[in-house]
Amino acid sequence: MKQKLVVIGAGMASGRMLEHLLDADPDGWDVTLFNAEPRGNYNRIMLSPVLSGEKSFDQIVTHDADWYTSRGIDCRFGETIVRIDRANRVVYSPRGGVPYDRLVIATGSAPFIIPVPGRDLPGVCTYRDLEDTNAMIAAAKPGAHAVVIGGGLLGLEAAAGMAARGAEVTVIHLIGHLMERQLDPAAGYLLQRDLEKKGIRVHCKGATKAILGKDRVEAVLLEDGTVYPADLVCMAVGIRPEVRLANDAHLEVARGIVVDDRMRTSDPAIFALGECVEHDRQLFGLVAPLYDQARVLAATLLGQDAAFRPVQTATKLKVTGVDLFSAGDFAEAPGREDIVFRDPGRGIYKRLVLEGDRLCGAVMYGDTADGNWFFGLIRDGTDISALRETLIFGPAFQGGATADPIAAVAALPPEAEICGCNGVCKGRIVQAVEGGATTLDAVRSLTKASASCGTCTGLVEQVMAATLGGAFTANANPPMCRCTDHTHDDVRRLIRTLGLKSIPAVMQELGWKTAGGCANCRPALNYYLLADWPLDYRDDRQSRFVNERNHANIQKDGTYSVVPRMWGGVTTPAELRAIADAADRYAVPMVKVTGGQRIDLLGVRKEDLPAIWSDLNAAGMVSGHAYSKGLRTVKTCVGSEFCRFGTQDSTGLGIRLEKLLWGSWTPAKVKLAVSGCPRNCAEATCKDVGVVCVDSGYQISVAGAAGMDVKETEALCTVATEDEVLETVAAFIQLYRENSRYLHRIYKWVAKVGLVWCKAQVVADPANRRALYDRFLLSQTVYQTDPWAEHAATPRDWAPMADLTLRAAE
Amino acid sequence: MTSLTDIGALDDIPRQGARVVRTTAGCIAIFRTADDRVFALEDRCPHKGGPLSEGILHGDSVTCPLHAWVFDLNTGQALGADEGAVRRFAVRVEGGRILLDAGLMQRRSAA
Ligand code: SRM
Ligand SMILES: Cc1cc2nc3c(=O)[nH]c(=O)nc-3n(C[C@H](O)[C@H](O)[C@H](O)COP(=O)(O)OP(=O)(O)OC[C@H]3O[C@@H](n4cnc5c(N)ncnc54)[C@H](O)[C@@H]3O)c2cc1C
Ligand code: SF4
Ligand code: FES
Repeated sequence: MKQKLVVIGAGMASGRMLEHLLDADPDGWDVTLFNAEPRGNYNRIMLSPVLSGEKSFDQIVTHDADWYTSRGIDCRFGETIVRIDRANRVVYSPRGGVPYDRLVIATGSAPFIIPVPGRDLPGVCTYRDLEDTNAMIAAAKPGAHAVVIGGGLLGLEAAAGMAARGAEVTVIHLIGHLMERQLDPAAGYLLQRDLEKKGIRVHCKGATKAILGKDRVEAVLLEDGTVYPADLVCMAVGIRPEVRLANDAHLEVARGIVVDDRMRTSDPAIFALGECVEHDRQLFGLVAPLYDQARVLAATLLGQDAAFRPVQTATKLKVTGVDLFSAGDFAEAPGREDIVFRDPGRGIYKRLVLEGDRLCGAVMYGDTADGNWFFGLIRDGTDISALRETLIFGPAFQGGATADPIAAVAALPPEAEICGCNGVCKGRIVQAVEGGATTLDAVRSLTKASASCGTCTGLVEQVMAATLGGAFTANANPPMCRCTDHTHDDVRRLIRTLGLKSIPAVMQELGWKTAGGCANCRPALNYYLLADWPLDYRDDRQSRFVNERNHANIQKDGTYSVVPRMWGGVTTPAELRAIADAADRYAVPMVKVTGGQRIDLLGVRKEDLPAIWSDLNAAGMVSGHAYSKGLRTVKTCVGSEFCRFGTQDSTGLGIRLEKLLWGSWTPAKVKLAVSGCPRNCAEATCKDVGVVCVDSGYQISVAGAAGMDVKETEALCTVATEDEVLETVAAFIQLYRENSRYLHRIYKWVAKVGLVWCKAQVVADPANRRALYDRFLLSQTVYQTDPWAEHAATPRDWAPMADLTLRAAE
Repeated sequence: MTSLTDIGALDDIPRQGARVVRTTAGCIAIFRTADDRVFALEDRCPHKGGPLSEGILHGDSVTCPLHAWVFDLNTGQALGADEGAVRRFAVRVEGGRILLDAGLMQRRSAA
């Protein structure tokens, strides 16, 4: 017979406990999972990146509907338990009772609300769950005012998140400096200065007297009389264990629900874990010890022996651009000594607290690279007397250790902890890699390393690199280039959420390591900026590869090729005559029909480009963009106008598509084709976007390739009219423009995001398709111009600035 | 002998861009950095002759447009794993005009 297990609270602790329990014993339990929040388990820690816009909520869900279904869990999300009837072993929600054999209380904690007038006004929130996060996102509009009460970890993450969205944020903190539980005044000052640089105002020694407002919050009044306007007030002044149910049920409760080493409460059928418990007079507010509790409780329920022993924890502040690490205990006490290192110029502060020959606490600000090493010394109680002189300089200084991070990681013992949140040691990762997990995702799902707050991702990769040696091809998501540690995806996201609108702003705010970037990042940044801010950003010619800067393909001898557009591959005698004349006039060495149904004039000298362009312009032709990361050609076949099999006017549709899409910049080149029937003479099924006409309409397929990789397109949808083809194709290309990393062709991008997602965006959701289409058209109002006409007007810029051969002849 | 030739205005060259000066012995690339310093290098990559004036300029370096070798504008040396160097020419800016030491080129063309 299965045992009935009821769990109250689907939080980080209970989620992990259920994983352990059901992995070990999939058939032994009938689980009912209650959660006051109307959703299942997610990574609460990562609400801060959701708030700042660096992640979406979907990305932080840890258990999806499939996970619960496949384990037969009865999910009661949005249903709060209001009473526990211990005598009859039944829990009650407003919808009725559910009996249990075993009950787990995992209700977490509740934010503390300071009892000031106005605390109930609409517009006052705390920072605990998705509702709070969404309330802050909704309020944090550019120019809106937000006040955060509380300058601890949570408050500062809330403040930074709202500031990243453009709100004017003020932090009110009761004590003389920020994060006084982790930092001394000097480090608190460095932190305050960095936050002020991000536009956040900090008011220390501020006691809140009242929250003002008639129907909703309008301002915050302090004891000293200061008033700050506020459209939203977030209280982040602390948490207390959520123990109301346990109290009412007369379980033993001190500050938290009292549990023993095996996570049992005073009732042998009831267990508790997470932030709601008190163990050995200690409360817990970080996930690492909670995950240990989860492991112990699963073992207890399975009848195995296990005991919970709290370990030291370390914290990091998750604010982009602010590096702060603290671990252990750093309160002043008799017999304790400090070692402090300051480099105000670089904004670096490090403090170690020693007790005898042991390290008992460490705080670092500005440079936290050695944090995990110090944390290891604290946790293991290592005797540091021999290292004392140089301890503060970190492991690189000890015994001449190498600066090569991989070598340093390779030298770590197997029991060295790599992931603090999940307590994963190096040996476990090595084991997973040797067992065949060669990607970061595989290691993550097998070991949980780097699956919570993610700050150890780099270390995990180094362990993988050290284990796999040459076989490790970095990760699927390496940094953009050597100028930054950010990936392309991160940079794209941050450009949007931080509202960065120039290349210098990106380099400054995201901490570029080089002055001026390099030939890899600059073109990518230029593209991201012009795609995201078509109206605000001005294209930077100097950040473009030669072909796009000169609007022509450079040849191996330094000459250029000239390819005018021939819409849909259709030309006229007049155009052909103009091309022939130009070829004669500029002594073009080769005239060639391209694979893209148009004509290439190869071997033109740079200084002749403006003149040949202006001749072709005069005959009504514009640049064919044969050089651009943008729309190249739309190949067509003759279609119903002439062909006996044609079902629709494929030539006409191809021309309409080309006229709609030309001039747009894209992450990599984009090629289209339209065939008039499934015989497919325009080879539409190996293009980035292909349209095949059929009697009933138009089959649109995407993500083909015929270059270095050859791949058939995949069906996107079938539509009935030409207008729908135009809207769908432009919307799809806009989706690609907004989301792909630079230089990824459509087929690579679709492989990453999935065709299902693309369909949901542009096929299933007409309003979204329309919005994408409108954004595409908006961008085209700026970028659909003929670069030839523009540059033909300034021929001087294309010639040498001086010609000393003439001077020598004088 | 140093003979400085006025080859044009600083503003004839875009920031982080380059223009060329034609001489009987080939082209010289004149680079203008983001902070308005000017460098003059032979416009011929030692790899396969790529025109360095068409490369992307970043910091004090330029990346060749053909196969992406990177050169230090201060020394003319290739950076990273590649080996090679391009000739440098003395150049300075006075009153918004660019003065290039063309003496070297003249001597070479005379030879
Ligand atoms: C001119 C043309 C060859 C021809 O004489 O027919 C051509 C010429 C070049 N192709 Fe192409 N491609 C040409 C059609 C194609 C096609 C066929 C087509 O479009 O139907 C393909 C395969 C289809 C595809 O793209 O999937 C093709 C796949 C490539 C690739 C591989 C792209 C890939 O993602 O795998 C490259 C390399 C690249 O872009 O990085 C390339 C790159 C080049 C470059 C730009 C190489 C370079 O960087 O200098 C060549 C420039 C020559 C010049 O100076 O003009 N070319 N190239 C064709 C111009 C078409 C046009 O009118 O715009
Ligand atoms: C914004 C933010 C950032 C954080 N950052 C970090 C960090 O960087 N590092 C770190 O280690 N920790 C961090 N924490 C703390 C960490 O999230 C918590 O320690 C952890 O989530 C606690 O887990 P839990 O399972 O005990 O409680 P929770 O995750 O809070 O889950 C409890 C669940 O129980 C539900 N519940 C409560 N009462 C009832 C009831 N009567 N009936 C039904 N359901 C109920 C609640 O709705 C909730 O969903 C952060 C917390 C927040 C809010
Ligand atoms: S296949 Fe394309 S890239 Fe290769 S030589 Fe021919 S034109 Fe050039
Ligand atoms: S010609 Fe310059 S890198 Fe090849």
